[in-house]
Amino acid sequence: MKIKEKLIHGLFLFNGLLVVFILIGIFSLLVFTAIPAFKEINIKEFLFSSNWNPTSYVKETYGIGAMLVSTIMVTAGALLLAVPIGIGAAAYLSDVASPKIREIVKPIIEILAGIPSVVIGFLGIVFVGPVISKTFGLPNGLNAVNGSILLGVMALPTIISLSEDALSSVSKTYSDASLALGATRWQTVIKVKIPAALSGVIAACMLGMGRAIGETMTVLMATGCAPAMPRSYLDSVRTMTSTIAIELGEVPYYTTHYYALFAVGLVLFIMTFCVNMTSDIILHKYQGKRV
Amino acid sequence: MLKTKIEVKDFNFFYGDQHALKDVNLNICKNKVLGIIGPSGCGKSTFLRNINRMNDTIAGTRASGTMLIDGQNIFAENMDVVELRRRVGMVFQKSNPFPKSIFDNVAYGLRVNGRKDKEYVEHKVEESLKGAALWEEVKDRLQASAFDLSGGQQQRLCIARALAIEPEVLLMDEPASALDPTATAKIEELIQELKKKYTIVIVTHNMQQAARISDYTAFFMLGELVEYNETQKIFTNPEKEITEEYITGRFG
Amino acid sequence: MNKKMITEQLGFWTLRLCVGLVGLILLLILFDIVSKGIGTISWRFLTQPPKNGMTEGGIFPAIVGTFFVTILTAVLAVPLGMGCAIYLNEYADDNIFTRIIRMSIRNLSGVPSIVYGLFGVVLFVQMMRIGTCLLASGLTLGLMTLPWTITASEEALKNVPQSYRDGALALGATKWQAIKTNVLPYSISGMLTGTILGLARAAGETAPILFTGAAFFLPFLPKSLFEQFMALPYHLYIMATQHHAIETVRPIAYATALVLIVLICSMNMFAVVLRYKLRKRKKE
Repeated sequence: MKIKEKLIHGLFLFNGLLVVFILIGIFSLLVFTAIPAFKEINIKEFLFSSNWNPTSYVKETYGIGAMLVSTIMVTAGALLLAVPIGIGAAAYLSDVASPKIREIVKPIIEILAGIPSVVIGFLGIVFVGPVISKTFGLPNGLNAVNGSILLGVMALPTIISLSEDALSSVSKTYSDASLALGATRWQTVIKVKIPAALSGVIAACMLGMGRAIGETMTVLMATGCAPAMPRSYLDSVRTMTSTIAIELGEVPYYTTHYYALFAVGLVLFIMTFCVNMTSDIILHKYQGKRV
Repeated sequence: MLKTKIEVKDFNFFYGDQHALKDVNLNICKNKVLGIIGPSGCGKSTFLRNINRMNDTIAGTRASGTMLIDGQNIFAENMDVVELRRRVGMVFQKSNPFPKSIFDNVAYGLRVNGRKDKEYVEHKVEESLKGAALWEEVKDRLQASAFDLSGGQQQRLCIARALAIEPEVLLMDEPASALDPTATAKIEELIQELKKKYTIVIVTHNMQQAARISDYTAFFMLGELVEYNETQKIFTNPEKEITEEYITGRFG
Repeated sequence: MNKKMITEQLGFWTLRLCVGLVGLILLLILFDIVSKGIGTISWRFLTQPPKNGMTEGGIFPAIVGTFFVTILTAVLAVPLGMGCAIYLNEYADDNIFTRIIRMSIRNLSGVPSIVYGLFGVVLFVQMMRIGTCLLASGLTLGLMTLPWTITASEEALKNVPQSYRDGALALGATKWQAIKTNVLPYSISGMLTGTILGLARAAGETAPILFTGAAFFLPFLPKSLFEQFMALPYHLYIMATQHHAIETVRPIAYATALVLIVLICSMNMFAVVLRYKLRKRKKE
């Protein structure tokens, strides 16, 4: 009996350890597959040059500068749209909406979260693209703005639901005190609740940001994917994720190009890892404070 | 001649850094009711939960000293905790029937202890429910959900559930605190009946209750055992002033 | 009405506008896809393979492929996810070691899906020599889904009152007996709800299967785990960007998107209804 219990405990423990192994596994496989790339590529050139031309007949170049800028541009654009709308919607849900409206809006957000990225990307081509091209008089609408709008839509559900959690968990005594001092509900929301929940809200936005950085299909389909350094939001851009998606299918295994794509993946992994960790740390600090 | 069932020597208990029980010494007599009283947070529930080592389920706890049941150390390395809990039954403060039928609730302890033969289980369920004075009220609806019972009935069901595995000791953590006076009276009556077969340790917040049902009373305060004696002695002529202050209701 | 009240009303209307916008976005998405996709949907579309260079015919192999790969995902992610959740919620003490596990889970759920794709290529396709196939894709998606199923399962376990565990232990049940007979029966449907939501997300993913097994076009269904397969999201990607006659196949792309959305929404609906029923039962 005792042995059986110990075995079961061990089995579940192993199960928990597996998760750590997977994370370490992903990281180390990325590192080990990326390392050979730097036998031929100068790391400085890799990070800062904006010339990515692995299939050139003259000289192959591997610089992810343009991709980095593209990724950052598209992500920043997405946040610019999603953060204000997301926080506004979260504040509405936690402080203004009646329970009945909440019951209606919550599933809407869940459905939105469930729409596959490839469908959003498709709509970027057939719906958002034409609108952009008409508005700005461009030959096509596949550019950074398009990607930003779509990624913004995709980040919204994350930002809304997590911010709402943060706002709802602000102690009622705070808002009661504010209301009792003659503040209106609006003043209470803006001056008491949002500041009190700020770290939770920031953590939510960072998670939304992490999602936007790592999103592949949407940007692959809707940003045009021109590998040059973008000069404005109306330029076609090519993010790190789309570069991997476009090129990994065609590249021969175990070539410098192949290894270089894993190096891009590694940079991507590190970026999202940092964003998620930061969000995690912010959130923990805030939970600690609340107790 | 009174027989000692549980012997507690220099017992200390810690929740992390917090010293919850300090050098407790007492003997619990067989087939008697020991009432434990004291203000909230004095360690009386902690003491109770140590006797069947339910505190093991809380992380960061530590015990020192000895606690013997029939001469066997409860905290010994080779103590089979599962077996201990079978010998020392427990009834919780808030009745906690499982979301199963009345029958399955009582049969639960038998089943996890490997008694599966139907006839035995049925017989034992009936016997336990009778022992807990609940049989007459539920015999026609054994398959009904335990949640359909009233609060007092639920608590008696939990007692029946504990009786089914024939424990030697029965621990009760304020078993009547959430019940109305009628239901409380029934539980108290039941305890008088049960002590013929079991050794009972009951934590109570209610002084009158302790005076009514227990043979011995232990008064805890701030983790220390202040006074321990026959109930009659404690309530009529306590040795310590602080005990008197507490039982006369000057603080609490 | 004084100035304070006007500000308040203005403020609240701004917030309402935000929510309205979110609703509007969803409405637009659904309206566009449904109105342009419904015309192409027919019984034949759902049950026939693509024909004439994928300009005609249906999407049957893609539906079946998505179905298979989702089942494989579930086979990997559900038991492991539940096991890990049981460990964390029932067995683990709160120590540094547990915190590392939890941190790993949170980070795994933030790893971009394309990175899972890269991982799948190295580990399953190359190191394990499985090749690009259904199995490699299923395993990759399974790993991606794992952190979601863990989190959802743990949430369900947390909802079981501690008194069920204590009550069982006090009756001489072993730890595992207590979990098996008094915790799992009351959390399993909650676990399933969360798990189905996770699987629905996996079913719509494209990036992890891009290089691990999804095929551009196959006239037949995969006969074993070691063959390539067609999948709905990948098919939509092909039809929207890679096809040689993109404008001609647009209706097919719309209809594929519709089928994909309906599939995922019905999985979600199923989970939501399950959850709703659960809550109702709890209240009783």
